[in-house]
Amino acid sequence: MDNKNHQIIELEHVVVKLAGDSGDGMQLSGSQFSDTTAIEGHDLATFPDYPAEIRAPQGTVAGVSGFQLHFGHIKVETPGDLADVLIALNPAALKVNMKWVKPGATIIVDVDSFEPKDIEKAGYSQNPLDDGTLGGYKMVKAPITSLSHATCLELGLDAKSADRTKNQFALGMLYYLFNKDIDLGANFLEEKFAKKPIVSEANKAVLRAGYHFAETVEEFDFTYRIKPSDDMKGRYRSIAGNTAAAWGLMAAAEKAGLELFLGSYPITPATEILQELAHQKQLGVKTLQAEDEIAGINSAIGAAFAGKLAATSTSGPGLALKSEAIGLAVITELPLVIIDVQRGGPSTGLPTKPEQADLMQALFGRNGESPVVVMAASTPANCFDYAFMAAKIAVEHMVPVILLTDGYLANGSELWKIPKMSELPEITPHLVKDNDPNYKPYLRDKETLARSWAVPGQEGLRHRIGGLEKEDVIGTVSHDPLNHQKMVGLRQEKVYRVANVIPKLEVYGEDTGDLLVVGWGGTYGHLVSAVKDLQTEGKKISLAHFNYIYPLPRNTEEVLKGFKKIIVCELNNGQFIYWLRAMFPQYQYLTYHKVQGLPFLINELKSKFTEILKEY
Amino acid sequence: MTPEESKQEVYTLTRDDFKPEGAVKWCAGCGDYAILASIQAVLVELGGRKEDIVFVSGIGCSSRFPYYMNTYGFHGLHGRGAAIASGIKIANPKLQVWHITGDGDSMAIGGNHFIHTIRRNIDMNIVIFNNKIYGLTKGQYSPTSPRGLVTKSSPEGVIENPFTPGELVMGAQGTFFARAVDTEPKMMKEILKAAALHKGTSVVEILQNCVIFNNQIHAAITNKETKDDHQIYLEAGKPMLFGKNLEKGLIFKNNKLRVARIGENGVTLDDILIHDPTNPEEMLHYTLVKMGLPEFPVAMGVIRACDCNEPYDKLYEKQMEEAKKHSKIKCMDDLLNSGNVLDL
Repeated sequence: MDNKNHQIIELEHVVVKLAGDSGDGMQLSGSQFSDTTAIEGHDLATFPDYPAEIRAPQGTVAGVSGFQLHFGHIKVETPGDLADVLIALNPAALKVNMKWVKPGATIIVDVDSFEPKDIEKAGYSQNPLDDGTLGGYKMVKAPITSLSHATCLELGLDAKSADRTKNQFALGMLYYLFNKDIDLGANFLEEKFAKKPIVSEANKAVLRAGYHFAETVEEFDFTYRIKPSDDMKGRYRSIAGNTAAAWGLMAAAEKAGLELFLGSYPITPATEILQELAHQKQLGVKTLQAEDEIAGINSAIGAAFAGKLAATSTSGPGLALKSEAIGLAVITELPLVIIDVQRGGPSTGLPTKPEQADLMQALFGRNGESPVVVMAASTPANCFDYAFMAAKIAVEHMVPVILLTDGYLANGSELWKIPKMSELPEITPHLVKDNDPNYKPYLRDKETLARSWAVPGQEGLRHRIGGLEKEDVIGTVSHDPLNHQKMVGLRQEKVYRVANVIPKLEVYGEDTGDLLVVGWGGTYGHLVSAVKDLQTEGKKISLAHFNYIYPLPRNTEEVLKGFKKIIVCELNNGQFIYWLRAMFPQYQYLTYHKVQGLPFLINELKSKFTEILKEY
Repeated sequence: MTPEESKQEVYTLTRDDFKPEGAVKWCAGCGDYAILASIQAVLVELGGRKEDIVFVSGIGCSSRFPYYMNTYGFHGLHGRGAAIASGIKIANPKLQVWHITGDGDSMAIGGNHFIHTIRRNIDMNIVIFNNKIYGLTKGQYSPTSPRGLVTKSSPEGVIENPFTPGELVMGAQGTFFARAVDTEPKMMKEILKAAALHKGTSVVEILQNCVIFNNQIHAAITNKETKDDHQIYLEAGKPMLFGKNLEKGLIFKNNKLRVARIGENGVTLDDILIHDPTNPEEMLHYTLVKMGLPEFPVAMGVIRACDCNEPYDKLYEKQMEEAKKHSKIKCMDDLLNSGNVLDL
């Protein structure tokens, strides 16, 4: 493909956004292009941006579905703030996305979809292609619908089916623009539509038609090339946060020698965890799609009692419904992993948008003194590691663990170096041998305070547990005041002692300086990118990003004290900052929070940090 | 002992095997004592490993039950016992799972879990202690309280329609429903044993007397003087007869179930319906469940026991086996390296 008679520009990294109607297959073509970039050795991060409605009225801004891909030669930490290239398959897609493109960006539009009625539907008063408002951009107006139709007609496809291929035409143009191997795109379609050969053929033909169109028309004066990443060696795959979380639980189950059980109820944006695990029966995974969130967690508690690695997956509204049962897992001291894929709240809120506003709910949202371990994943791929660690802590400490991810991590994907099972930490559940004469339901391990886990079916270990307070050691129902205080203290201390096994908080950058940026969970990519850029400019700025929230890492205070100022950044109205103020009241904390259902922008973070650093 | 020998071992259990470690703390005269004794007796009759038995409950007087059985037990949350029991049974289908619940626990706060457990037909035994009152909270009306019942929370009388648990079971496509009274130990034992042997979700409603807050609520059904006329004990393959001398029976005439006297209006024994609990068609079972005083006697016995649906846990295990047999993915490393991977 080097025989093009035009200039090829080398880029370090690039952000591409595909946008169209929610029925236009933007997510499919986005995944297809991501796969190709991954196979060609680029680091990447993606983010789908889809409406809550399955099919909002066609052509309206409410129905716009988007897919953003950031790929590069360098390490890619986020899906990117603004796009270098936008594909807009209709005026609504253009309208919604204009604020998310860089000045001078290349914008490819389907000129066939800019009829007066389409323009009106999108809410434009006049045709944006003609009114001069797009003067600052490199506009490529391609007859995408008509040429897709023409290609499909030759294959004998009807107009409706032909309509569904226009995403491939646009994508073919992208393959050309970025000098991508078109065969990789075709292979993806062949696999995707293996059972529908006609659909596969038509899509492949349209993909190539788009490629040749871009090659033939003289719209592109140059094309781009991004070199493969240098430091990527080994075996990789692209993985989204929800899949990674599901696999992390499975990996933990295998390591622990336990079967995995997930009791769950479909809820955006967590549903893929249930779906993924429902497909893993061959590895002994059991799932129950329960009648509601409450049954989801209660069935998991039952499975934990029966000796499974038990988990439940949900989002904020579901976590609220599970509160009572989490308390039951606390008092019965059973291992349980609760994954909360956070979305915008309160109430139904913004179901498809990320937010970090469930932290307080995770920490305190239960009746009584009800401490649980709270953790957070910080990249799509490390949802695997933290789901694994959540399960390890749950079964080794006999404690419920809430793992917070969010819609951004759940649906975003990145390239992931595939781990080997033999390299993952061992997991040793607190199981008891049959007829152990010393067994008592609430007898504890001296180090961790974990009680022993005796399972129905085992001989000589019959016992009864439940939601009523239990007498220490022997586990019978007890209303004794001093016993209650003792048990409350033990359950609390058990959670504190998890701090003995979690890793130290790492600092990205120097251990001392002018400004410490503090974040937690899914904002890592944006925070590290902003901090890295400012470090390159010579600023004395570092990042401390938390994955373990309750308990906090042992060295937290040590990290905080090394900086003149601390700023806590989170996608909520300020929740982690409360936690830090409660734990370390001796420090002053600045805050930068945002609650728009959107991730941070690297640029907004940089401006904020720069403003603070100006004082030095 | 080798696993083979273990399989062949015959377990002989006695009532003592199930005696609780601590005291039973229901009120003196509570109907729950009789139910506890019946269940213990049934477990002795059934044999098997006592370690494989799990009692699960929600919240309420009845739900203290697991503490009074020396088996594995789980005292759960109000209404959620069915969900906890479902998780236990799916996790380990070898266990014999009993879910003990009450009319408030299963018909109100736990109504959703109740119907869905039945719809799935998970192989467990649900026993509802129906005393038509909230006892543990000291006397509020329940979803099964009759209209007009004056309680602490219905001072002018209940104005809601009551649930009949069996109606929900039929509506949820249940495969087993039986009813008994707490005053008839023999009847309870027969029915509970049938329930335990049923493959699928069995539901047994026991009309139980709350001696403190709703005393004698079932008196019209259970009184010695009236019980023969007010109860009909249904047995598979036998005519549906009742009355002191079995002089009355149920017939189906003009599309309606009716009570008839044998020898009157030309009715003979041949006209009396024969009870078939195994019939997959549930309409007659539904009608039998709904029968009530004063027009009809109240139906006791196994009203429905149909093996028309394979239990959920069996079907699930089959799917697991099939998946294991056909998949190329045998361990996590296989899964991690499956599909679209790239070597750089």
